[in-house]
Amino acid sequence: MAIDYSQLIPNNVDLSSDRRLQRALENWQPRFLDWWKDMGPDGTSAFDVYLRTAVSTDSNGWANFGYVKMPEYRWGIFLADRDPDRQIAYGDNKGKPVWQDVPGELRSTLRRLIVTQGDTEPASVEQQRLLGRTAPSLYDLRNLFQVNVEEGRHLWAMVYLLHAYFGRDGREEAEEMLVRHSGDPDKPRILGAFNEATPDWLSFFMFTYFTDRDGKYQLASLAESGFDPLARSCRFMLTEEAHHMFVGETGVGRILQRTCELMKEHKTEDVRSVGGIDLATMQKYLNFHFSVSLDLFGQEASTNAANYYTQGVKGRFLETRIDDDHVLANATYEIDTAADGHIVKKTVPALSALNERLRQDYIEDCAKGVLRWNKTIERAGIDFEIKLPHRAFNRRIGTFAGMRISPDGRVLSEADWTANEGRWLPTDTDRAYVTSLMGPAVTQPGKYAHWIAPPARGINNQAADFEYVRFN
Amino acid sequence: MAEAPIDFRTSPEHYRHWKLALEGGVAYLTMDVNEEGGLKPGYKLKLNSYDLGVDIELADAVQRLRFEHPEIGAVVIRSQRDRVFCSGANINMLGLSSHDHKVNFCKFTNETRLAIEDASHHSGQRYICSINGIAAGGGYELALACEEILLADDGNSAVSLPELPLLAVLPGTGGLTRLVDKRLVRRDHADFFCTTAEGLRGKRAREWRLVDRLVPPSKLAEETKKIAEETAARSARPKNAKGITLPRVDRQIDGDTIRYAHLTVEIDRGQRAARLRIMGPCAAPPADAAAIQTQGTAFWPLALARDLDDAMMHLRLNETEIGTWVLQSQGDGALVEAYDALLAREASNWLVKEIVLYWKRSLKRLDVSSRSLIALVEPGSCFTGTLLEIVLAADRSYMLDGAVEGSNLPAAMLRLTPMNFGAYPMGNGLTRLATRFLYDPGHVDELRKETGKPLDAEAADAAGLVTFTPDDIDWDDEVRLAIEERAGFSPDGLIGMEANLRFAGPETMETKIFARLSAWQNWIFQRPNATGPEGALKLYGTGKQSKYDRKRA
Repeated sequence: MAIDYSQLIPNNVDLSSDRRLQRALENWQPRFLDWWKDMGPDGTSAFDVYLRTAVSTDSNGWANFGYVKMPEYRWGIFLADRDPDRQIAYGDNKGKPVWQDVPGELRSTLRRLIVTQGDTEPASVEQQRLLGRTAPSLYDLRNLFQVNVEEGRHLWAMVYLLHAYFGRDGREEAEEMLVRHSGDPDKPRILGAFNEATPDWLSFFMFTYFTDRDGKYQLASLAESGFDPLARSCRFMLTEEAHHMFVGETGVGRILQRTCELMKEHKTEDVRSVGGIDLATMQKYLNFHFSVSLDLFGQEASTNAANYYTQGVKGRFLETRIDDDHVLANATYEIDTAADGHIVKKTVPALSALNERLRQDYIEDCAKGVLRWNKTIERAGIDFEIKLPHRAFNRRIGTFAGMRISPDGRVLSEADWTANEGRWLPTDTDRAYVTSLMGPAVTQPGKYAHWIAPPARGINNQAADFEYVRFN
Repeated sequence: MAEAPIDFRTSPEHYRHWKLALEGGVAYLTMDVNEEGGLKPGYKLKLNSYDLGVDIELADAVQRLRFEHPEIGAVVIRSQRDRVFCSGANINMLGLSSHDHKVNFCKFTNETRLAIEDASHHSGQRYICSINGIAAGGGYELALACEEILLADDGNSAVSLPELPLLAVLPGTGGLTRLVDKRLVRRDHADFFCTTAEGLRGKRAREWRLVDRLVPPSKLAEETKKIAEETAARSARPKNAKGITLPRVDRQIDGDTIRYAHLTVEIDRGQRAARLRIMGPCAAPPADAAAIQTQGTAFWPLALARDLDDAMMHLRLNETEIGTWVLQSQGDGALVEAYDALLAREASNWLVKEIVLYWKRSLKRLDVSSRSLIALVEPGSCFTGTLLEIVLAADRSYMLDGAVEGSNLPAAMLRLTPMNFGAYPMGNGLTRLATRFLYDPGHVDELRKETGKPLDAEAADAAGLVTFTPDDIDWDDEVRLAIEERAGFSPDGLIGMEANLRFAGPETMETKIFARLSAWQNWIFQRPNATGPEGALKLYGTGKQSKYDRKRA
């Protein structure tokens, strides 16, 4: 049967004339659809959702809006445009032309990186699959689905690379990504944070702000890869990832705004009594998601990260804008590390500290949204400041794992920690309260759940009462 | 010795890296390496990686299970760590270690792996490996030493031998040999596997024979337990027997003298030689196996084996410049013969079996200790049967012909016992006698007829059991010259020559493991591609890329 690939799978990789790729995708695509039906957003197959679909990489093509049934979404394969003069910007291969094919000696390294990145994409879809039932509005429901289909497309992007460049191993890895499931004790997702549940919308917004931002930094450093198809894939993915973080930042911001409104309206600090999410709880959720996301950057001192850099496989954030030799053979970097139960500064070889440097870039980026959130609170005239906890707080991976550290960076005894943990991280009571707010989905256009403010403007400038999802 | 000597004596209450738990007929050896518990400073034992200290505990546990727990018929090796089984020998430790420490480390870990296989094959304690995560390099080699490998089928758990692609060296504990010789992995599959740093997992790992079973992680503990319990039930070990406890081997180090209950070691730094003087039994053997059990570790053959084993490990690691071991004995050969007769008579008893197997392993340790071995058979010595194996293990032996003027010690005699004809095979699978007389296999049968007869120097010489037989006038000079000459040669040259000459006869998995370790691995360890300033092993962890000399040698 002749399939019109360019229609079914929008792409700019010449799929219609690449038989190898066609064969691989013919096999994989039905499995992907089965996965989407089984593990994607629950009970949504018949919905018409106002989604953005990328049909090309130019400014007109990447944002096409229209109603789509999600299983019929056209998951495309797009790479940012190729720069024929692009050179490897760093490491031992600095100045050499980027690779259009996988260098043999880097095959398994690249495959592992792509698989690890790819595995997170379907993972978050799985984590969020039940959220539709409690959506605070059609607007938010639509945003959730947009995030979901784009994570699906990101999976496609990574699967494309595996199919196109890694032969049989690549095909097997692509299948495995549909076999592992978030939280499945037998076939868990590769990274710990992607096996945690996303049980409520506050968690969802925090996740898209903090954890998807880790994705941004991983993608950005892979966008510096000497393996050009990977770099170009990631570059295009970044444009979509930005939307996910927008969902997170505005989501958290709208809850804060609503909380402040309720506090003022009822002249009370006890926001829970008037059905909002109190600021202390917001801070606790932030503490949790921020610290879990920091773990995703890995060990402070990492041989792998150093190797990736030297080999030209994975660069730093905005590598070409950094003013140094881009080789780092003798460069140093100062990190926080644990020594004899204290947090101390230590100067280490810059190469081995690349994870930490990326984590630092990430932390600075996270702080910007926090500033905007605090503006919202300040404008409401409420004396409260949201803060990012110390990088050593609540860590499971790296030098601080196992230490007890307060959000302001003090090393604590076990007793001090136990006495205060409930002030810093969501307790069962907090979670139960937030869950209790998650009522049945708000499905009336233009209406919003009591605990969240409407957005400043609609998607694609649609009116406030636009029907983003038709349930049919 | 600038640093404190490495002590091989330990016991479960002192373990820092392993937990030993017993449930019915199954022992669980759970690896949980203490990151901060490295034997030397300068590295962290991350991700269940190991150094010699970790392996000393493992070796102790393997040994204890045999002697202290006759009721145990299966041993499970597993990890305490989530998603990590064992990531092999610690690379930073290797990078910081001197060449001789690396080799000693590899040798000891190899002996531990072989002891595990010996327990599976001969003691009825079958080892099962339960892999819950990454088993890389030495981690997978540890699994290979077990008889059955279970792997979590979670899409993540993998077995690998990444030494070549990551470090430009070879697996150091028999990994390559066991792949093709033990697990009978096809060579092309093995080739792919050993060049793929991340290794293999799931279906392909099983299809390629790298593991035996795939188990969903949620079922792994249960399935491991089930298999282990079935294995234990099939074991021939006596379920109701009582084990004997192994107390700490007692020794006093006094300057250059080390005193054990049945062995004295005297180090002569000028001659770069150590004299190991073995003391024969003081009394007649006990009546039977039950009486042996009562004596426990005081039973002379067991006590001596423990002394000798500890002395060898100590000298190997802590006295690396002492290149010659001079092997001597004193005591009553007739008593040694009586002990051998008891061991032969009670051969079916589990404890006697363990004692004989222990002697077999200790004698093999002597064979691979990379020291020049010179045996001196002097008046008053007792090289009979089991102890005669020590003379046969030596590169060269001197037997004093006749008595010494002015001494009332009886003239030196050698004596064969049935223990010389099969109880103590070498790594090549042959007895030391068979290996010695490859040119005339019939001669071994001839010697069988000499069993029990005292052989004086002339007879021993005629039987081919000793090298030279000087009389008391020549003795001192001959012996001195032999030892001093030895001290003058290149230690490296000697090690190579001796190993070449010692292991005549057929190859076995065991001889291949040691030979290839000492030839290939030691060569590669010395090459700039591994340990030069731009070598892979040297640069590992720095993020810098190794630069290889591309010439094939």
